[in-house]
Amino acid sequence: MSGISELFFTFAKIGLFTFGGGYAMISVIENECVDKKKWITHDEMMDITVIAESTPGPIAINCATFVGYKMAGFAGAVFATLGVVAPSFAIIYLISIFLDNFLEIALVADAFQGIKAAVGILILNAAVNMMKKMKKTAWTGTVMLCSLACMLLINIFSWNFSSISLMVIAAAASLICFTAQDLRSKESGKK
Amino acid sequence: MRYLELFFAFLKVGCFAFGGAYGAIPLIRDVVLVHGWLNEETLTYMIAVSESTPGPIMVNLATYVGSTQAGFFGAAAATLGVILPSFVIILFITAALNRTLKNRYVQAILRGVKPCVIGIILATGIWMIVENCLIGADGAGVDRKAAGITLFLIVVSAGYKRIFKKKLSPVMLIVIAAAAGVIVYGG
Repeated sequence: MSGISELFFTFAKIGLFTFGGGYAMISVIENECVDKKKWITHDEMMDITVIAESTPGPIAINCATFVGYKMAGFAGAVFATLGVVAPSFAIIYLISIFLDNFLEIALVADAFQGIKAAVGILILNAAVNMMKKMKKTAWTGTVMLCSLACMLLINIFSWNFSSISLMVIAAAASLICFTAQDLRSKESGKK
Repeated sequence: MRYLELFFAFLKVGCFAFGGAYGAIPLIRDVVLVHGWLNEETLTYMIAVSESTPGPIMVNLATYVGSTQAGFFGAAAATLGVILPSFVIILFITAALNRTLKNRYVQAILRGVKPCVIGIILATGIWMIVENCLIGADGAGVDRKAAGITLFLIVVSAGYKRIFKKKLSPVMLIVIAAAAGVIVYGG
């Protein structure tokens, strides 16, 4: 049981001290789980980072589930995941109760008018960083530009078309192209 | 049935949120606007709050939306929904020893999904900046104050990167933006 409670509290600490989520969290998790506690190896940490990037959901959850499962099976996965979520859940729950009153203060309202400008920039920044890391081929470039154009049109004309549908279309198109290429190369192989 | 609605809405977000926190923002935006759970303005505030408080942004947003819609258990239902897909997927992958991801067809799908997500995030960022700088929903004119702050922030973050050779942290950018807001709108 001590192993499981240690998992819970270690991940609660990670959840409490990482701001900005995502990639900031990976370095903290590496420090705690690889360097200090030696729960997983560097290679395993690399693996889980790659897996986290190619699967949906918060990266911190992916890492917590993975480490928890390695250390103590299903129960370990559950408690590590709960641990990493608990601090932000508690903090945001408190904020949600007070936010409306908080926004009525004139100074706070002014500050948030400024903050609104920052949020768009942060999102754009994140996208540019991801673009830099992306493997650049004609295919990925085309898909990116198409989805950018579609999404802008959807926003401008307030079309009722969810971004999830765009992703499903991209996935299907990519799968069809790949399969077609695969068949063609097999056929030319036969000749 | 509020709880179930929250749970399934955020389950959908959790299933499709590739590319970390920012990949989830366009999806969460879809969900909360369609259900009328938050307006554009509150959503923007909450993204800033999530960025300035610890923990995964997706979890923060789910907790907030759930709590404002249906109290504590609403928050729990939405949070559970958003984390469940990654939890299950990782358990499955760990058990199946990574083989799933190396599958050629899974790889082919990811080659389409990843750039698509980047395009979606780019569009969302551009749109949020443009919308914030316009007056009224139909974009009748330019909000000079908002446009000024936006330009100022872009210059500050680009300048910081050039001078100190590292990125201005999101929390710092938010603090600077808050100060600019107080000066411009309060004065």
